[in-house]
Amino acid sequence: MSDHEYVPKSKFGKWFNDRLPLLSLASHLTDYPTPKNLNYWWTFGGILTFCLITQIVTGLTLAMHYIAHADLAFESVEHIMRDVNYGWLIRYIHANGASMFFLAVYIHIFRSLFYGSYKSPREIIWIIGIIIYLLMMASAFMGYVLPWGQMSFWGATVITNLFSAIPFVGEGIVNWLWGGYSVDNPTLTRFFTLHYLLPFLILGLVVLHIWALHIPGNNNPVGIDVKKPSKDTVPFHPYIVIKDGFALLMFMIVFAFFVFYSPNILGHADNYIEANPMVTPAHIVPEWYLLPFYAILRSVPDKLMGVIAMLSAILILAALPWLDTSKIRSAVFRPLYKKFYWILLVDVLTLGYVGAMPAEGLYLVIARVATAYYFIHFLVILPILGFKEKTIPLPLSITEPVLGGFPLASAVKKDESLN
Amino acid sequence: MKNIIKIIYLTIFLFVGTYQTNAAEKEEFLKTDWSFKGLFGKFDRGSLQRGYQVYTEVCSSCHSMKYVSYRNLAEPGGPEFTEEQVKAIAANFEVIDGPNNDGEMFTRSAKLSDKFVKPYENVKAAQVSNGGAYPPDMSVLAKARSGGVDYIYSLLLGYEDPPSGITLEDGVYYNKYIYGNNIKMAQPLSDGLIEYNDGTVASKEQMAKDVTTFLMWTAEPHLEARHKMGFKAILYLIILTILVYFSMKKIWSRIESEV
Repeated sequence: MSDHEYVPKSKFGKWFNDRLPLLSLASHLTDYPTPKNLNYWWTFGGILTFCLITQIVTGLTLAMHYIAHADLAFESVEHIMRDVNYGWLIRYIHANGASMFFLAVYIHIFRSLFYGSYKSPREIIWIIGIIIYLLMMASAFMGYVLPWGQMSFWGATVITNLFSAIPFVGEGIVNWLWGGYSVDNPTLTRFFTLHYLLPFLILGLVVLHIWALHIPGNNNPVGIDVKKPSKDTVPFHPYIVIKDGFALLMFMIVFAFFVFYSPNILGHADNYIEANPMVTPAHIVPEWYLLPFYAILRSVPDKLMGVIAMLSAILILAALPWLDTSKIRSAVFRPLYKKFYWILLVDVLTLGYVGAMPAEGLYLVIARVATAYYFIHFLVILPILGFKEKTIPLPLSITEPVLGGFPLASAVKKDESLN
Repeated sequence: MKNIIKIIYLTIFLFVGTYQTNAAEKEEFLKTDWSFKGLFGKFDRGSLQRGYQVYTEVCSSCHSMKYVSYRNLAEPGGPEFTEEQVKAIAANFEVIDGPNNDGEMFTRSAKLSDKFVKPYENVKAAQVSNGGAYPPDMSVLAKARSGGVDYIYSLLLGYEDPPSGITLEDGVYYNKYIYGNNIKMAQPLSDGLIEYNDGTVASKEQMAKDVTTFLMWTAEPHLEARHKMGFKAILYLIILTILVYFSMKKIWSRIESEV
């Protein structure tokens, strides 16, 4: 795990460390050699850790006051908002924290896509990341059900009903998920249980994610291997710690604006109406961070195929290290990939937009084109691009990227500049 | 620094995108100045007190407010009636309590700790008395409608004669702002309908504004505390960010020369 042997100075420290090498671990984490050209897109790993911890701490506090019962859940949330000391603050941090978590994870994922961080030797980090992302979506979805508002109830109905598309056993599976013949109290209590459990699974996977990262070390904007430790690297502490801290504070300012000044802007007004199985809302819309996948689901006319398409859209990411055949990691040196990268980003944002719109007319056409393109990007463009693309020559090291009249000197410099 | 600007742009882009899709509305809402909007937004005390009067004298005959207690009326950040005033207000209402030691339920006048007394026993009773429509509970109404306070304010003033060619059933009214333009609530406000205790002229617009302000407070009773804390928290974060920025510069200057 570490490149050097750490020996504690004190006798007790040595005694303890021989039995449980916590001090070695701490030393490894502080000295961990990190490429010094990491830009701000690399700070989102730390930001995401902050988001997870924030969600767990606020979530635990909310769970002390929340009542998971179909008749009492909505009221208990109002009790938190009105009568619990700073309950409004804790709940708004938790609710907006979910959105901030997803904002950060999307930036984190798209950073990986741009700089090829998923490529050898980092495939396992990437796949663990995809599992974390899946669990995040499951947790967020179940968390959104807990206030037992109209959108909670009907969102849960729509999403759980997707399983009914499975041939033969679909109906049975849905009833099993519900614990009855409709979304009701048993559904709520099990969603609460799972919503409580999953974040701790995520926490465990985050430890594995970081562990797997510390084997090859960080990728970097130039995307070439870095000798560690060397003049290309800096120790994690204090250099990366302070930089991550600075970025985290910027992130927290944005976070605070949402919590204090528009805490409900990302939610749906209907969720302040208590769940009513007799009244269906005019438009059932998932939270913004699930919209691209919702658009993919609805763009396929057949229900089963729609569900398969939606799941494939996520699972295809796990195969990405092998779908992308290029050996060059960073898009900085892949002029064609860079263009397709931006097209993909626009494509996903488009899917998110049409996901919020009714599935009809022009929106449906756009959704179908965007869905098709999403899959074409991963299944056709990326595999071919690795063979066809003329890449720009890589520099020898990140400290000496310029070898006499190197054409992209300015671009490399920009990515390297620390601020 | 360039990257930070990019980050901010992306954030704004993402959120404005989702916000606009949520806020898409058909009819432009009527605009009025809300004192509680903005970084330092506070409720107008007088407006809240008048709004409470409109609620009790007009709305509360059909609309419940089950999450609000009488004591809330005296709490900071709300209408801030004095405790004596609120006790007097509560005493006007009767609640069923019990069972007492004889096993009997009994009626007593409401106390500070009681929730607002409901006009109907249950949803069915409310529907029967209102032509099948349930007058929604008003506690969180201002947050439960897309468009929020602007929507409620507009709706209260949005009653019109139906356009030619549209005939309405009995007990259905035409409103410009409600989804589908049909509403089962008769126009609730008219000029001079009530007499304000503080002598303000009770025009339709005034009452609509006051009661909507009151509804915003019942939906978000800690709004003032939130705004106050938000300003302090963000100011603190900005100062800390600046300090950390210079510390970072200093620390990185040890190796930046090599880059």
